[in-house]
Amino acid sequence: MKRDLISITDYSKEEYLKIMDLAAEFEKNPNQDLLKGKVVASLFFEPSTRTRLSFETAINRLGGKIVGFADPQNSSSTKGETLHDTIKMVSNYADLIVMRHPLEGAARYAAEVSPVPIINAGDGANQHPTQTLLDMYSILKTQGTFDNLNIFMVGDLKYGRTVHSLLMAMSQFDTPIFNFIAPAELQMPEEYKMFLRENDIRYFEHREFTDIISEADIIYMTRVQKERFSDPMEYEQVKNIYILRNSMLENTKPNMKILHPLPRVNEIHTDVDKNEKAYYFTQALNGMYTREAIITHIMNLK
Amino acid sequence: MSNDTTKKKLKLKVSAIKEGTVIDHIPAQNLFKVITILGLDKIENQITFGTNLESQKLGSKAIIKVSDKFFENDEINKIALIAPDAKLNIIRDYEVVEKKIVKAPEIIKGIVKCFNPKCITNNEKVTTCFKVLSTSPVTLRCRYCEKMTIGEQMRML
Repeated sequence: MKRDLISITDYSKEEYLKIMDLAAEFEKNPNQDLLKGKVVASLFFEPSTRTRLSFETAINRLGGKIVGFADPQNSSSTKGETLHDTIKMVSNYADLIVMRHPLEGAARYAAEVSPVPIINAGDGANQHPTQTLLDMYSILKTQGTFDNLNIFMVGDLKYGRTVHSLLMAMSQFDTPIFNFIAPAELQMPEEYKMFLRENDIRYFEHREFTDIISEADIIYMTRVQKERFSDPMEYEQVKNIYILRNSMLENTKPNMKILHPLPRVNEIHTDVDKNEKAYYFTQALNGMYTREAIITHIMNLK
Repeated sequence: MSNDTTKKKLKLKVSAIKEGTVIDHIPAQNLFKVITILGLDKIENQITFGTNLESQKLGSKAIIKVSDKFFENDEINKIALIAPDAKLNIIRDYEVVEKKIVKAPEIIKGIVKCFNPKCITNNEKVTTCFKVLSTSPVTLRCRYCEKMTIGEQMRML
């Protein structure tokens, strides 16, 4: 049976840990010719420079070849071709498909259509599992463990798919505590809070972004994304509410690290960048090792 | 014929059938949805139905009698989402020989539309598929976009 990576909940705790081990190996030795002779299709039905470059660099470092498109304007979907037909065609050519699509559920559907494995590089506001795995790798690398961590999530917790997936993944480990800081309009959806309650996992909700962050092991900042709002007025009202500044970090724990899926707009002030607790740029680098790990796991190369 | 049975027969508002299935306790407002889901609008069997009948439990109920038709469980369970209290009487030679209740399946394919306009199933020709998480209120999780379709949000395809 082929392996895909569509949703973070498709993987077990053991698989998370295996990916972490592989990512650590690739961090030590990023250039390994494991994909030699293989062709990977990189299909970006929605532009995403950051994710695409990270994947394509990972594929290059593994010695694979890449076909595909970076912009839907240059793809057959502008001629009205269905996703079904594009995937059918591309899966004839490639050994693996990495895809980003604006519609939710597109990756799951592609996995049903395609005989070759699919890696979901983001499907609308739904899932972006490789982001979650690189977030996890960053947490493990900086904290040395997944257990007993106090994780603060700040900003857009309603539409932010990265925080939802990270919450689900971290809930697999021992006694996490979650703190949610969000304006009323952008609170963590009830279904995730219900999931935490059902699993006896502690969480707290706050409106104020204050010294409560002194408890944090991880502060996960998110960007309020305009494109996730159906009402532009709602976006205007909430976009500038929570901004992290260097002065707020004085009393935070020494092991604390700040994560952000990037790109940021203004939610982390640039004066934070030089603080050693700022980890978001290294986090992005970790993404490349993690994607090498995911590709080799899915292709059964290690 | 005993006195009791006579009274019962007199009270019947939809005439009895000789062979077939009676589906009772359908919420009146969902009668036509049940008919569509079971494909009763496309078969040639004799069908009688009554609607807006008094019901202590549902307020207003509907009943369908289909002659010479016996449903498979898989087939009948499809109506569980919109008629969770439905009861089936299997009739042979005017007598009830078996009673059945409907049970919501774990997976619903086709039938229901995903609530999320950005779901692939609402944008490309994909058969919908949901996991049934609860039946009161109806809570369905889309296999594709993973979003919930709950209670009043539910629309039939």
